[in-house]
Amino acid sequence: MAERPEDLNLPNAVITRIIKEALPDGVNVSKEARRAISQAASVFVLYATSCGINFAKIAKRKTLNAGDVMAAMEEMEFDRFLQPLRKKEASEQKLKDKERKSETEENDKSREEEEELHMEEEQDGENECEEEEIEN
Amino acid sequence: MSARNVEDKVAVNIKHVSLPMSRVKLIMKSSPDVSNINQEALFLTTKATELFVQHLALSSYKSGSGKDHNALSYSDLAGAAEESETFQFLTDILPKKILAKDYLKSLEELPEEGDN
Repeated sequence: MAERPEDLNLPNAVITRIIKEALPDGVNVSKEARRAISQAASVFVLYATSCGINFAKIAKRKTLNAGDVMAAMEEMEFDRFLQPLRKKEASEQKLKDKERKSETEENDKSREEEEELHMEEEQDGENECEEEEIEN
Repeated sequence: MSARNVEDKVAVNIKHVSLPMSRVKLIMKSSPDVSNINQEALFLTTKATELFVQHLALSSYKSGSGKDHNALSYSDLAGAAEESETFQFLTDILPKKILAKDYLKSLEELPEEGDN
């Protein structure tokens, strides 16, 4: 059974910092408000997850992937959040598009340039994967 | 500062999360039917949660009762949950507070309910 949201809290210090960064300087946040936001954040995670897993089920997958999360955000009407997240997705999609493009491109010169960019971006991508592995 | 440096900084910001992904993973796994979570899905969820916290705090502060521009109170949050469609899912955990006597009064005014 799912546990109560109160038992699955996010660290107070981090939540407080995020709140402070979002608000204008000098705004006080009551302890009660902080706790409430923290709980809301946990509920948000649960809501996003259950929404996302529905998409995974439709695709007959048991693993929740990035596409499911993006679809969940749209379903929840949190378009706001999609912009910064999309930037990340977009840069990775650009990479895939470039790969596809270079296969069909007739012009050798532009293919060379694209490969250079591709190699740079690939390196960044690899670094990212390493970081994530270490965190695990 | 060269343009490249600025881009790198922005890129680092996008990739950086403050919330611990291990904790977010714990919460996600408490949801039924979740067997596995792809690493990128975990990152995106964590990032989205941070953005959500910012959005909730700022929206509530902006649409707050206006009594105190220097503070964010619980009632500001409860107000946002009730008034904004985006935050509807929070109404259960961010209920508005009323005085006990007002609640008891509203109970007396309810019509007789049949079987639910």
